[in-house]
Amino acid sequence: MTTAIKIENLSKAYQLGQIGTGTISRDIERWFVTRVLGREDPFLKLGEVNDRATKGETGVVWSLRDINLDIEQGDVVGIIGQNGAGKSTLLKLLSRVTAPTTGQIKLRGRVASLLEVGTGFHQELTGRENIYLNGSILGMRKREIDRKVDEIVNFSGIERYIDTPVKRYSSGMYVRLAFAVAAHLESEILIVDEVLAVGDAAFQKKCIGKMEEVGKRDGRTVLFVSHNMSSVHSLCKRGILLDNGNMAFDGPVKECVAEYSKQSVLEDAAEHLKEVGSRSVRISGVKVNGELSSMVGLGEGFDVTVRIQAAGLKDPVLFLIVENMTGQQVIHDRVAGRDIGLEFVDGSRKLRLKVPELWLSPGVYSLYFKMISFDGPNAGRSESERILLEVEGKSTNSVRSVLLPNIGWSVEDPNGNRNKGIDERTPRDHSFQS
Amino acid sequence: MQATEDTNWDMVIESKGSLFDLKLREVWRYRDLLFMFVKRDFVSFYKQTILGPLWFFIQPLFTMIVFTFVFGNLAGLSTDGLPQPLFYLAGITAWNYFAECITKTSTVFKDNANIFSKVYFPRLIMPLSIVTSNLVRFAVQMLLFFGMMTYFWFAGGGFEVTSAVALFPLLVLLMALLGLGMGLIITAMTTKYRDLSFLVQFGVQLLMYATTVIYPLSSAPEQYRWILELNPMTAIIEAFRFAFLGSGEFGFYSLGYSAVVSIAILVFGVVIFNRTERDFVDTV
Repeated sequence: MTTAIKIENLSKAYQLGQIGTGTISRDIERWFVTRVLGREDPFLKLGEVNDRATKGETGVVWSLRDINLDIEQGDVVGIIGQNGAGKSTLLKLLSRVTAPTTGQIKLRGRVASLLEVGTGFHQELTGRENIYLNGSILGMRKREIDRKVDEIVNFSGIERYIDTPVKRYSSGMYVRLAFAVAAHLESEILIVDEVLAVGDAAFQKKCIGKMEEVGKRDGRTVLFVSHNMSSVHSLCKRGILLDNGNMAFDGPVKECVAEYSKQSVLEDAAEHLKEVGSRSVRISGVKVNGELSSMVGLGEGFDVTVRIQAAGLKDPVLFLIVENMTGQQVIHDRVAGRDIGLEFVDGSRKLRLKVPELWLSPGVYSLYFKMISFDGPNAGRSESERILLEVEGKSTNSVRSVLLPNIGWSVEDPNGNRNKGIDERTPRDHSFQS
Repeated sequence: MQATEDTNWDMVIESKGSLFDLKLREVWRYRDLLFMFVKRDFVSFYKQTILGPLWFFIQPLFTMIVFTFVFGNLAGLSTDGLPQPLFYLAGITAWNYFAECITKTSTVFKDNANIFSKVYFPRLIMPLSIVTSNLVRFAVQMLLFFGMMTYFWFAGGGFEVTSAVALFPLLVLLMALLGLGMGLIITAMTTKYRDLSFLVQFGVQLLMYATTVIYPLSSAPEQYRWILELNPMTAIIEAFRFAFLGSGEFGFYSLGYSAVVSIAILVFGVVIFNRTERDFVDTV
C-alpha cells in the first residue's frame, strides 16, 4: 500500500473580526518582526484553541493545530466533528483553496475537490454549456469532457432540459447536473464536502452508490466530510474526528462515530444544565440503572429514572426517546400522564421506567425525555438532558443493523426432524466479518 | 524504504511557496478553462441584452461626439491636422481597451471570491480570460473605427495609413500586458486594503488625461513633455495613431521603453498576485 496523502504538522490560523482598515500598521509591525528581525510571528503566538462558544481574548484562533495524518491509497475516510471543528478548513487546505499557516501536505495523484456542487455555474448558459464550464473549472480538459458529456447527461437524468439555461432549472435538477459533472472527474483523490445534503432521496442514493464505486472499484482515495452520520457510516472505513482543531480520534469509522455522538451528548447535557435553571417546569435527572451514563449488555433490560419538577402542570404527555449514532430514533415511546396516575404535578415527582431487553446493536445511543402539556398555567414543551447509553457486546464494523438479537437457527433433515442448530438462548459471537 | 517513498510526491502544499514560482506550466495546462471563461463572458453578455454587441459601439461613438464638441470645438485643442472625430476615436478605442483591462482585472479577487473559495485552479487564468474577453470587445470597436476611417476617406481624407500598421498586434499586446500588470497589482492590494478600489475608477480617468488621448504629444508644452513621455501608454497611443492616421510621434526608443516598463510591471504584478492568491480567501 502506498500513501496517497501525508499530512505533517499542519496548522491553520485565522484572524477573527475585522480585517482591513487599521491593519496596515500591524502588518508593518509583523513584517518587521518576522522578516527583518527573523523572529516568530508575534500574532500567531497569541493563538488560542478554537472554541466558538467562549469569547476569545485575542483576534487569532487556530482552526487546525498540528494535524498529522497518513492516508493510504484506496482508503475511504470520513471526517466528522461539530461545527467549527476544522473539517472544512482541512478540506480547504487539501484542495488548495487556501494555504496552511505551518506544516505541509504531500499528495500523490490528481486531486479533485468538491467543496460545493456546481461551482461557477452560470445562470444564462444551458446545461450542456455549464457541463463544459464546470468541468473545466474542476480541472478537466475539453477533450475529456467531449468524451464524457453523454455519460454525464445520462447520469444526471435531465436529458430533456440539457439545452435550456440553468436559471430555469429546479434546484434539484441543478444539483443533479452539478453532481453528475463532478462524479465523472478522473482523479486519484476525491475530496467531498456535504454535497449529499441536497437532492431527492433517489438521487442521494445514486450519489452514494457512485462514491462507493469510486472508492471500492477504482481504488481511489476518498475524503468525505459530512454531518450525516449514516452516510459516513455506510461509506467510509476509517473515521477521523476533529474537535476544536485537534484530532480527537482516528480509527475504524464505527468507533469514530460513537466517539462523536458521545461528544455531542455530553455537550448537550452541559447546555441543558445552563438553560434549565429558570424554568418553572423541568424534566431532568435522567439515570439508567441509577447511573448518569451507563453500560448495558446486549440483550439486557434496564431501568430508567427521571424527575419532574413543576409548580402546577396539568395532564402532561411524556415521551421516552432513544436515538442511535446516526440520529435515527430507535425508540419513541409515548405515555399520557393520566394513564399512569400523573394528572397533575405540583412539586417534584420521580418516574421509574422498566425497559425490556431490546437487542440493540452494540454502540452508543442517546436517551432523553420530552414532556408536553396542552393546558394549565404551565402549558408547553420541555425536554430533558440527553444521557449516554452504551450497549456492550462483541461487534465489528460489519454490523450495520439496528437490532442484533439472538436468533435460533436449525436445519430440518429429510425426515422432518430438527437437528441441534443454534438455540436462541445460546450466546452468539457476532464478531466475524461478513 | 521510507526515504524513497517520501520523495516522489506529485504535489506538496506548503505555507510559503517560492516567490518566483509563477506556475506558468499550470496555467498552460488549464488553457481550456481560459477559453471557457471567454466564451461564458461573451455569451452571457449578449444573452441579457436586446441590442447585443451593438452596445459595444454606443459608448465610443458618444464619447467621440462629446470629445469633438468639448475639446475640439469649445476648447479648440489641436488634433495635428487630423479630422477631429477620427483623432478622438483612435485615442478612445485604444484607451478603452487598456482601461477595461485595468478596471476589470483590478476586482478579480473580489468578483470571484465565491468560485475561488470553493475550487482551485491557477488564479491567473481569471485575469487572463478578462484580458482576452476584452479583446473581443476591442475588435468590435476597431470595426467602428474602420467604418469611420472609410467614411472620412470618401469625405475628403486628411489622413494616411502608414506601414507602422504592421506593429498593430504588438501595440495591442503591450496594452494588454500593461493593463493586466497594473490590474494584478491593484487587485492584490485591494484584497486587504479595500480603499484602493475607490481609487481605481478615478485614477484610470486621471491617467487618461496624462496620456495623449485628447491631444497630440506634439502640442504638449516643452517643460511638461517628460511627464507624458514617462507614461508608457503615451508611446503606444501615439504609435497607434501614427499607424492608422499617419500623425503622431512614433519612435522605436519610446516604444521600447513602453515595452520594458510593461513587462516589468507585469512580472511584478504576477509575483504579488501569486503571493496574495495563496490565502486571500481568508481575508476577502
